[in-house]
Amino acid sequence: MERAERRQGFLSALPLTIVLVVSFLAPLLVVAAFSTMPTKVFDLGHVPDFSAYVTLLELGYYRSLLWSLGMAFAATAILFIICWPLAFAMSKVFGKFAIVITIGVVMTLFVSENIRLFGWVLTLMKGGLIEGHLRAWLGISFENALYNVPVIIFGLVYVYVPFMLFPLAQGIAMVPDDARQAAADLGASRWQILKEIDLPLSAPGIVVGSLLCFVLSAGALAESKLLGGQAVIVIADEVETAFTYSQNWPLGSSLAMVLILIIGTLAVVGIGKVNLDAIMGRKR
Amino acid sequence: MKPTPLTRSALFVYGVLALVFLYLPIVAVGFASVSKARYLTFPIKKYSFDWYGKALESSTVYDLVASSLKVACIVTIVSMVVGFFGALAFARYHWRFRGLFQKLILLPIFFPQTVLGLALLIWFNSVGIIPTWHTAVVAHLVWIAPIATLVIAIRAYSFDPALEEAARDMGASTWTVLKEVTVPLLMPGVISAGLFSFLLSWGNFPLSLFTTGADSTLPEWLYAKMVSGYSPLVPTVGILSIAVSVVILILAYIIFCVVRAIQQNRLRASA
Repeated sequence: MERAERRQGFLSALPLTIVLVVSFLAPLLVVAAFSTMPTKVFDLGHVPDFSAYVTLLELGYYRSLLWSLGMAFAATAILFIICWPLAFAMSKVFGKFAIVITIGVVMTLFVSENIRLFGWVLTLMKGGLIEGHLRAWLGISFENALYNVPVIIFGLVYVYVPFMLFPLAQGIAMVPDDARQAAADLGASRWQILKEIDLPLSAPGIVVGSLLCFVLSAGALAESKLLGGQAVIVIADEVETAFTYSQNWPLGSSLAMVLILIIGTLAVVGIGKVNLDAIMGRKR
Repeated sequence: MKPTPLTRSALFVYGVLALVFLYLPIVAVGFASVSKARYLTFPIKKYSFDWYGKALESSTVYDLVASSLKVACIVTIVSMVVGFFGALAFARYHWRFRGLFQKLILLPIFFPQTVLGLALLIWFNSVGIIPTWHTAVVAHLVWIAPIATLVIAIRAYSFDPALEEAARDMGASTWTVLKEVTVPLLMPGVISAGLFSFLLSWGNFPLSLFTTGADSTLPEWLYAKMVSGYSPLVPTVGILSIAVSVVILILAYIIFCVVRAIQQNRLRASA
């Protein structure tokens, strides 16, 4: 019986594992290999020389990397603050209304990200939904709200709301009401309950949500292109330019590798800390 | 520790505002799509559906819809099958590498899709495959198959293994157990996973961008037009693309109801 279950587990995992080996691990290995090739070659049959990494340091690509990581950090912090009350309300206060919010948020995921970002361009541009109506109705006018760093962070916050909200709500749902009640009975203030009960006990949700948002924002491209008008060049943009416009695959690969290493380390450490059976609701 | 009525109403207002925030840009696209002017400014002076007519006449739009549909349909079917077995390995069976497997399938979800798209492009290139919509299917699967697996796994967690054991004790073969017990019990999860897969593939942009080659999907075309060469068709095609998602959602809801009715009938018949 034991052995049959082990074999079935292995066999069931096989198809997905094959998909991931072909479409995830193999491409990453190829990128890693390309990053060690000499400049501007298009195949892997050369002696590795790591010159792309030297170029990367010399040409100051760390600036784009720092911008991406900084904006990702800001977006994650803002998302945590604005999603916490909503996540809390969804799992403890809203009751049936929580389903309305859940469906409402999930549906936005099904609209292509760039259509929604384009909607913000229409909303925020001069003569757009906000400025146009303010000027026509009240005579108030303001300059273009687009093409700067805050609006890129705004775009990241907007796009990644679901990725913070749902893990947080799931995490908060894991906090037993009894623990909060007991703390309140013993005279804990709201702030103390939040600090001593809610935050530590919902930690798995916080880790998953923050990690998802940070990692996805750090590699995001469309927000800076559509809303930011390239006010700053993000690292994903540098990677794309190196591959497409400059036709320098080794440089693009080495840039991608730096990003992959940072993000991969964070993801592996973060995921390693989370008990997936607990968060997804195993009852046994 | 119940929240005060004031806190409760404040939270409700906050929830409604959050939904407004999420849908405001979509509403803006909706308004833009019915503006007659070639150069868009708000408030809209003249409304018309002209651009919808133009979009529906355009053969480019049909090609885009066709390649988006082909990709989404194949991704959906493969994700449902792969995700079904993946979810069993994820949640149901105790086997040696289960912990590792659970973590491995999360990695692609925690990964910048633009970088993955480029990595796939280089990989296809180095093995000599020319990117077309077929390769986009592979690209979408890397992100969507794990999500489908998680959706089905949620269902698999609440599943009582005693049901399978009982069937086996009564002499059912592995195949019969799978067909008669496991599949019907996980069916609602598989349907939701299929729905997610279709809609996520339909709207996906970063993975398609680098992996479709000469074929283009709807989100890619929209992006290209937004970045350079704006056309008044952009908001219109955007809204048409959203409309397809809504139709799919309604269809899925109907399928869901039918499946539930059939299952209940079967239960009643056997009782």
